[in-house]
Amino acid sequence: MPYFPDEVVEHILGFVSSHRDRDAASLVCHVWYRIEGLTRRSVFISNCYAVRPERVHARFPCLRSLTVKGKPRFADFNLVPAGWGASAEPWVDACARACPGLEELRLKRMVVTDGCLNHLAHSFPNLRSLVLVSCEGFSTDGLATIATNCRFLKELDLQGSQVEFRGRHWLSCFPKPSTSLESLNFACLDGAVSANALESLVARSPNLKSLRLNRAVPTAVLAKILTSAPKLVDLGTGLVAQSNNAGALPSLYSAIQQCTSLNSLSGFWDSPRWITPIIHYICKNLTCLNLSYAPMFRTVDLIGTIHQCQNLQHLWVLDHIGDAGLKVVASSCLELQELRIFPANANVLASTGVTEEGLVAVSSGCRKLNSMLYSCSRMTNSALITVAKNCSRITSFRLHICLHGSVDAVTGQPLDEGFGAIVRSCKGLRRLSMSGLLTDSVFLYIGMYAERLETLSVAFAGDSDDGMIYVLNGCKNLRKLEIRNCPFGNTALLAGTHRYEAMRSLWMSSCDITLGGCRSLAAAMPGLNVEVISQADGGANDAKKVEKLYVYRTLAGPRDDAPGFVSAL
Amino acid sequence: QEDDDAATSDAELETRERLTTRATKPVAMSAETERSSTESSAASGLDFEDTALTLTLRLPGDPDRKRGASSSSSCSLADRSSLLAEAPPAPKARVVGWPPVRSFRKNALENVAAGSTRAACAPAKFVKVAVDGAPYLRKVNLRDYAGYDQLLRALQGKFCSHFTIRKFANDEMKLVDAVNGTEYVPTYEDKDGDWMLVGDVPWKMFEEACQRVRLMKNSEAVNIAPRSAR
Repeated sequence: MPYFPDEVVEHILGFVSSHRDRDAASLVCHVWYRIEGLTRRSVFISNCYAVRPERVHARFPCLRSLTVKGKPRFADFNLVPAGWGASAEPWVDACARACPGLEELRLKRMVVTDGCLNHLAHSFPNLRSLVLVSCEGFSTDGLATIATNCRFLKELDLQGSQVEFRGRHWLSCFPKPSTSLESLNFACLDGAVSANALESLVARSPNLKSLRLNRAVPTAVLAKILTSAPKLVDLGTGLVAQSNNAGALPSLYSAIQQCTSLNSLSGFWDSPRWITPIIHYICKNLTCLNLSYAPMFRTVDLIGTIHQCQNLQHLWVLDHIGDAGLKVVASSCLELQELRIFPANANVLASTGVTEEGLVAVSSGCRKLNSMLYSCSRMTNSALITVAKNCSRITSFRLHICLHGSVDAVTGQPLDEGFGAIVRSCKGLRRLSMSGLLTDSVFLYIGMYAERLETLSVAFAGDSDDGMIYVLNGCKNLRKLEIRNCPFGNTALLAGTHRYEAMRSLWMSSCDITLGGCRSLAAAMPGLNVEVISQADGGANDAKKVEKLYVYRTLAGPRDDAPGFVSAL
Repeated sequence: QEDDDAATSDAELETRERLTTRATKPVAMSAETERSSTESSAASGLDFEDTALTLTLRLPGDPDRKRGASSSSSCSLADRSSLLAEAPPAPKARVVGWPPVRSFRKNALENVAAGSTRAACAPAKFVKVAVDGAPYLRKVNLRDYAGYDQLLRALQGKFCSHFTIRKFANDEMKLVDAVNGTEYVPTYEDKDGDWMLVGDVPWKMFEEACQRVRLMKNSEAVNIAPRSAR
């Protein structure tokens, strides 16, 4: 084998940026393992309990960017009790000791306290980017410490997090006379915002490209902000509904016309329909439009607006756009790559949103579609078969029919054939989420055809253990399996005994597994954490049904911070 | 073309056998046996309405369904789908977390709805909120909230940042003090002067009827009438 000096390997690996490629490179030989470890700048930890933070820093001493994910995804839907864990504290502690030069920290579904943010702010003077997605546990006080101490902060993104409101002062804490801010997203913040502080902040942030405001920012303030930041690329509007701000509209319209770089728009909240002209001014440039938090827009306004956005690549919208609206999307937005339809009212069981017609229309018109999230009231096999034929490039397909267990609306059959066609035709499918009445057959199709599948979410589906067994035996690339309310028992669980170490995690809730089955799995595979979440009191005998099970591979052994309702087996 | 079909179906059968590690019978055969059970149940003279009602208990999402589907073959696929196509749609129970909409999104949309309905001129309705063991009371404006979730979160914010909201499967809600584990049951006094459990009636009805709110310690709350009496 030709001899490469370390510097050459290092140089070559410098061009390799993707995590997976780097992981593969590190397996080539010891030399490459060592050099890759020393040169990796960006580390992605998909499960905070899979490895101890100290170990990460020991292997990657030069890391500059750390991404950590915490709770299982079903925590988003209230299936994981509060206090489950995923505290960011150990990660921040370890990083502060080992790597004070940290530049980027991204956390998803983790608990971040103000104390933690304080620790962060004082430990990482070079911090450029802090992204907290769907996190909780902190308040505006914590934000104030970050703003005050991280003088070089370029990005602060609180997407979807729960932030306790303790005052408006945090916005004034950013550095003066100018900041390095390029991206600021506080759209999720409940609570008032000081208009003066915001205007002053935008005025002294010359590099600001992305700004997402919360509902407390009125029209007049928005107009002023846009005037002082005409180079904005991404805007999340605040609230533009208050009638006493109607006088600010003309200045808003003229301000937005100056924003010639604006290509991404979101927000709107309770904006009434007379705000839609601001979209019309920039619709030629728009590539991303998120109207999924704008339930007040009428269907006709949605249609009129979207019709003009011919360059849209990403569209998120509520289901009251209707099938008619989706037909307009199909004829106007030919560049569309990603479409997400959300239910306008998640509490209504039989909503009158979109149906299979809209889905078929979009699949025929938007041939570049590769990612779909579709919340609808009904679906048919033939529609899914048509979608499969039209959009074979789909990599992510999530279908949520609002009534669980719905059959084919025309034939009354289960939706096995439809989803079967999807997995058969979309060879690159990596993510699938299914709903409707589904038998073991659909799992057979998935096992047979979905070779690239990495994430599968299943609810209220299947007839017997065979379903889960087909998937475990067939999908070699499966990383995350999330199952709820399916009749899979211990046999199915144990059939995957030797698969789980190759996967990131398995979630099963409201299935037919018992404590005995989970104990067998735990005994057979010491490299897995088998955790049972149970809030009811009761005996701990083997026959007891397990309400929630979370299994994941780990190098860190059982958790030491598990709350009382989580039992490690 | 027939040759292609034959070839693919051979390949499919092979894959199917490979994928089934503990197949007791191939999928095709089980459909046969189940179809015959359809005929027998029809022959036994089961009333159509009864069958439909029985099946609704077994629909997915119901606690009984899991045991029914795996242990008995009476609720067969052919039965279920043909009957579902003809029977009137049965009301299904609400389940936690379905449809899968992130709580952040649900809250945001509720907030938006609350904002707009408030703009439609409802006057504020402030009620006193007492927590057992707290030295003073607070007031909240019920019109600020569009649902029980938001009210509880507001109470959480006002009283104690270490309250967590615990919801149970039958819609019961409790506030739990994460520090010492004390559970509080939200109750309210209605127009008749009775103390009721929060969460039983639709939000609008509650908004009208509620005069004051008390977070009762769990040990005292046993005196409240059980749900079934209402």
